[in-house]
Amino acid sequence: MEERPISDISYRQFLEEGKFMGSKCDKCGKVYVPPRHFCMECGSSDMRWHEMKGEGELAAFTCVFVAPPYMVELGYNRKNPYCTGVINLPEGTRMVARIEGVDASKPESIKIGTPMKVDFIKQGEGEKARTFLAFRPAS
Amino acid sequence: MSNKRKIGRGVAIVGAGMSKFGMFPDKDSKDLFAEAFSEMIASVDKGFDPADIQAAWIGNFSNDFFVHQAHWGPIIADLVGITPKAVTRTEGACASSTLAMRDGLMAIASGMYDIVLAGGVEEMSKCTTEEVTEGLALATSPYEGDAGYTFPGVFGALATAYFHKYGAGREHLMNITIKSHENAPLNPKGQFQQTIRDLMEARKAKAAKKGEPVPEWADEKEALFDPRFNPPVAWPMHLYDCCPISDGASCILMVAEEIAKNFTDKPIYIVGFGQGSGRGLHACPSLTSFEANKQAAAEAYGMSGLTPKDIQFAEVHDCFSIAELIHIEDLGFFGEGEGYKAIAEGETRREGRMPINTSGGLKCKGHPVGATGTAQMYEVWKQLRGEAGERQIPGRDLYIGATQNLGGTGGTCTFTIFERR
Repeated sequence: MEERPISDISYRQFLEEGKFMGSKCDKCGKVYVPPRHFCMECGSSDMRWHEMKGEGELAAFTCVFVAPPYMVELGYNRKNPYCTGVINLPEGTRMVARIEGVDASKPESIKIGTPMKVDFIKQGEGEKARTFLAFRPAS
Repeated sequence: MSNKRKIGRGVAIVGAGMSKFGMFPDKDSKDLFAEAFSEMIASVDKGFDPADIQAAWIGNFSNDFFVHQAHWGPIIADLVGITPKAVTRTEGACASSTLAMRDGLMAIASGMYDIVLAGGVEEMSKCTTEEVTEGLALATSPYEGDAGYTFPGVFGALATAYFHKYGAGREHLMNITIKSHENAPLNPKGQFQQTIRDLMEARKAKAAKKGEPVPEWADEKEALFDPRFNPPVAWPMHLYDCCPISDGASCILMVAEEIAKNFTDKPIYIVGFGQGSGRGLHACPSLTSFEANKQAAAEAYGMSGLTPKDIQFAEVHDCFSIAELIHIEDLGFFGEGEGYKAIAEGETRREGRMPINTSGGLKCKGHPVGATGTAQMYEVWKQLRGEAGERQIPGRDLYIGATQNLGGTGGTCTFTIFERR
């Protein structure tokens, strides 16, 4: 049984460990990711960690050509855009995540509805090294 | 609990002003607010002594970040000479000054005050584009930031979902941009005064002068599809889908209905107001609608007893072209998935059935975020009083207008309905 507190901090720790974790309501079984303190279905605060399947389908996306400073630091810019999206998850919820394994410089080639699987990308050096949640096409 | 809310006693706007919007290296927030305030005072038909203001609310999103100064309430109070009376800063990202109006509305409706000032200011252009991108992204949901979303990125994602669901495409969003730029030359206070045609001609002239190949575009859309003219920002959002970085200020004078005629024979009454909240892309119920809009609209329509059919024109928050499209559907002006077709048929143009953003919208007028809400009200005030000059909606007796203001990526939405009686 995972005893870490249900929190965004714990959620990010799991990502660093290569785990995509949500919270599941003990009363009604509803799953949330990122984790929630309270169940939006039944109001219960009895939440447990729940490992997500890591599967999904691309629901929306964008290819970012004008990047914020923290992404510029990672080497992204007008000539090297990145893709980020929204994934519909089989657990009945959605998540935002970086999209890997697609050509962000050719957005027309990226298709909504594409089956996706989870990935964890480590970027940055030293103290700035971080693991980002990502999804990539399943096949 | 019902959605039905009511205003305890009537509230009217009796004065409105806005600074010119744009990028002003030689003006700071005080200079900008002074410009808006001066026009507001001059707009009170029967005269007004600023010393009669009893309290003020000032919207500001992030001057803390943009110019490293927070706590703008007392600074503005001192500027306009109402110290030591109460003044409060409101923050709701890009909806900050509508929240200032909301606090003023509740304060008058409650009987606590009779005469209040509401306004907003933002000073953004002293930062680089990257810094502004980062500053604005502070108002996305935290998980969106982790996933590398920028503001245009969130709206870009919504656009792909809308395209996929309803079969629309970039060419439909271009109709919004072209329409806003048609209104732009008619608004002397706006940041941009050129139509897309004007901008195309300017680009051709520049190329010719430099001895470079002169682009040949058959029409506006061909230019807007050309990445040299209209580069991608966060696909499918391109440069001309995005509002600019702006400096500016705006304000309105609000009074209790029973004393409104002491100030003007043409007060504009606030008859409906609603505000909603929303979640990030991971948790919102729809990727083609803002839940906060639906809440705000239900409250404002319920309060006013009006329906979408009663609204004759509106200013909506077109921070990005797709946002305008979603708003006009969320507010019930057009059916879901129908807005882009109505826009293509010209229904939202100034002479159309439902004029949207006669001011040129955020796209052309500019979007100094904290000033935008009350600047939208300034436009409705002008239109309802028949004082909008060249951009006055033609051939219509206007008496009901509305403003819709969005904060963040839909975390806050407001809808306000105004009436001239």
